[in-house]
Amino acid sequence: MTTYLVLAALLLIGILVVQISKSNEYINTLRGEDAELDTDKINGNLWLIFTILFLVGIFWSAWHYSPLFLPESASEHGHWIDLMFNITLVLTGIVFVATQIALGWFSWKYHAKKGKLGFYYPENNKLEMLWTVVPAIVLTLLVVVGLYYWFRITGPASPDARVVEITGKQFNWLVRYPGIDGKLGNSNWKLIDETNSVGMDFNDQKALDDIMPNELHFEVNKEYILKIGSRDVVHDVGLNHFRIKMDAMPGLPTHFKFTPTITTDEMKKKTNNPEFNYEMSCDYLCGKGHSAMKMMVYVDTKDQYEAWLKTQKSFYEIAIKGTPEEAANKLAATSLSAPPKKESTHD
Amino acid sequence: MDTTHHGHSEQHLGAAITDHVHYQDTEGKIRYEADHGHHDKDRNKKNFIHHYIFSTDHKMIGKQFLVTGIIWAIIGGGLSNIFRMQLGFPDVPLHFIGAIFGDKWAPDGKMTPDFYNMLITMHGTILVFFVLTAGLSGTFANFLIPLQCGARDMASPVLNMMSYWFFFLAGAVMFTSFFVPSGAAGVSWVFYPPLSAIRSAAVGSETGADLWLISMSFFIVSSLLGGLNYITTILNLRTKGMSMAKLPLTIWALLITAILGLLSFPVLLGAAILLIFDRSMGTSFYLDKIYISGVGAMPHEGGNPILYQHLFWFLGHPEVYIVILPAFGIVSEVLSVNSRKPIFGYRAMILSMLAIAALAFFVWAHHMFVTGLNPFVGSVFVFLTLLIAIPSAIKVFNWITTIWRGNIRYTPAMLFAVGFISLFISGGLTGIFLGNSAIDIQLHDTYFIVAHFHIVMGVAAFFGMFAGVYHWFPKMFGKFMNRTMGFIHFWVTMVGAYCIFWPMHYQGMAGVPRRYYSHGAFETFNKFQGLSEFITIAAVVVFLAQLLFVFNFFYSMYRGKKMTDLNPWKANTIEWTTPIFPGHGNWDGEIPTVHRGPYDYGKDGEDFIPQTIPMRPGETTHHG
Repeated sequence: MTTYLVLAALLLIGILVVQISKSNEYINTLRGEDAELDTDKINGNLWLIFTILFLVGIFWSAWHYSPLFLPESASEHGHWIDLMFNITLVLTGIVFVATQIALGWFSWKYHAKKGKLGFYYPENNKLEMLWTVVPAIVLTLLVVVGLYYWFRITGPASPDARVVEITGKQFNWLVRYPGIDGKLGNSNWKLIDETNSVGMDFNDQKALDDIMPNELHFEVNKEYILKIGSRDVVHDVGLNHFRIKMDAMPGLPTHFKFTPTITTDEMKKKTNNPEFNYEMSCDYLCGKGHSAMKMMVYVDTKDQYEAWLKTQKSFYEIAIKGTPEEAANKLAATSLSAPPKKESTHD
Repeated sequence: MDTTHHGHSEQHLGAAITDHVHYQDTEGKIRYEADHGHHDKDRNKKNFIHHYIFSTDHKMIGKQFLVTGIIWAIIGGGLSNIFRMQLGFPDVPLHFIGAIFGDKWAPDGKMTPDFYNMLITMHGTILVFFVLTAGLSGTFANFLIPLQCGARDMASPVLNMMSYWFFFLAGAVMFTSFFVPSGAAGVSWVFYPPLSAIRSAAVGSETGADLWLISMSFFIVSSLLGGLNYITTILNLRTKGMSMAKLPLTIWALLITAILGLLSFPVLLGAAILLIFDRSMGTSFYLDKIYISGVGAMPHEGGNPILYQHLFWFLGHPEVYIVILPAFGIVSEVLSVNSRKPIFGYRAMILSMLAIAALAFFVWAHHMFVTGLNPFVGSVFVFLTLLIAIPSAIKVFNWITTIWRGNIRYTPAMLFAVGFISLFISGGLTGIFLGNSAIDIQLHDTYFIVAHFHIVMGVAAFFGMFAGVYHWFPKMFGKFMNRTMGFIHFWVTMVGAYCIFWPMHYQGMAGVPRRYYSHGAFETFNKFQGLSEFITIAAVVVFLAQLLFVFNFFYSMYRGKKMTDLNPWKANTIEWTTPIFPGHGNWDGEIPTVHRGPYDYGKDGEDFIPQTIPMRPGETTHHG
């Protein structure tokens, strides 16, 4: 019922607008040039009003929503990105306000007046030079600063950076930490099955102690290198608070290094939100479950991190290892080659 | 379609020679084209089918592109209103979805994520390609090039007609795809594999994606046939005296647009064909090491998903300039005519468009900063991308200087032209954030980019199109559009468009990702429900205002105020020297000779001096 009422109301408004417009047109045709000059003046005034309301609206709404902008950066390089964002915001903001004011001002001031001609002003090379050189200088500055940070962000990680593997699949994230040996085992997409979700190759001893938790943990102030991949379509590792975004693609591994700087507990205090948690999202459309592809992320103190790590059992131990026969059967069904020798099994 | 065409027109060759003197009239071929026009004039008048459907008259083809573009704009814009409902008011049941598309897309009136993905995909595809490429370039290139260059018709009128019919075919296939059981394509308009390459990866990657690829292939053919024609016509069929340095900026913009399209669309065709192979013939151009849950390991090996992205954006980036350049041209023309002033810096305007077009081919990878691109390659693309801001800045300052000390006549066209500048500034400046790769890490694939490109190339290009339609409507139909409705249309759209897209910057700055069916799963992203509702309401209001425009368009076509003066806007360009209802061939007598540039407004105490008026002795010239 309300739907029909709304539609009827819209139709009435439409008819009203059309009728007013039609009668206006007749009147203005009769009045001729004067009517046109009147509408020129009205529209000129509207430009002035629009420009003022537009700028006021922008500043008010930006101020209103500013607590949500660039949420507190929890990584080292995040501050660099935020700094660059703010520099660019100030510079473009000045240009924005100046040009919008000029546009609104001229649109209002120079509306048509009777018997007046436009000012013949076809070119001025000095002016052209001015607005070629000034933007060029400003942009050079932005490029230089931008690339300085870009190379720092994308530069090599330190040799002792910890490795975490993140694999995207429709529609959740799979993460793998190296076990005690500190090295990720080999994996092969042909080994993937219902259990072995990233296709770990258990012939590789390094794989036997790898852990696959269902949440991400990082130790604060330690450098991490995320090795990112996908087993089906393009996903994107989005870690909003850490200023990280990196595509996850099948057959084409990518990586991103970073250092988390604020623990989850500190962030709860900073944001005044006891429920606060870091989240990892998928930022590239991957299908119907795209918007629910979430994994929780925790930044721990050294003690918290070690305590958490202690509770983790290797994936092999949880999912594959049983009696030696069961393990052999499980692996024979999935593996490319023979199961690991008994003596090589990790403790 | 008419095989006797050529032989037939030979008989009229004599008449053509005496009738019209073309700029390149030493070439028999050109004269033949001129004659061709006359021959068709008779034939096209003969019956409805020849006049309105299979017309070879560039003016009719332009109108066909326009009307088809308007229909697609209503569909594409309408789709956005439906998915905005999901973002703003997810709990309101929309039963009409089930009624139109089938109940499985919206059980109990609640749309499914697959349907949402289908909507955003088709919204993007339709508006970028069918409306802002075909509807904008197709309309104004066809309509204006012969009229403003002084030609009887396009260089190849039959190819021109085929350009429209390939576009129509593309549209027919795309439209059909909505109603196949698996629905239209739902893998986003950029169509990245593997999602778009593997049928079992998504419902939107089934038959709908096949049809999308077929439709796009037709569309590319259409665009190439049109583009070749535009370039040939502009270079070869200008009237006597119309040197390149006397061409209106609209024609320059359309020329550069056509060159961009001709060089970049074939690359997309290549990408699409390889994707068709991967989908249907088991090749692995884009595919490697894929395991689809519930299906198993795919046999593809050795391909590279990034290859597609390079090929796609090699078109995709020039494409945004294909969309915006015609608007640059139209806006420059409309601003100058209605400010009663010459466009400021005619040469700088041309050079900046050429610079933008040249750079357009070397910036594509800025869409790929977070694909693991080599950081050094990324840095080169940062530099080249930010370079584009310089010619863009030149254009903006020149437009503002054009209205400075003008005597501005606010026709609806002029309002849209000024509105265009405001939008181009707002949307252009946010490009400086996104072009800088380090900042892009945070803003990539968030609502910030949605805000950026909708303002700078979506709404702005639409404004260019509106300016063009209001301005040349009298030339198209011999009637005026209703001004009051035009004013209402403009102000609602101007305010409304900012209300839709400005707040999206805020969402983007908070990191909210785009293409999300719902933000409810994430605590950080789920803070904008009020804003989402506001955006949705604004989107519906703006859409309704466009219906007012559509009403005005068709109403004025039949009942609008009649045009009584040949040159109602007191413009200098030569399309206003044709009869009120120009036949096929455009000018009844000789094509006028051009003596001066198109922007002599307010010169030497005269309001305007048309291009056909000879230079007075001792008169100085600024444009070539």
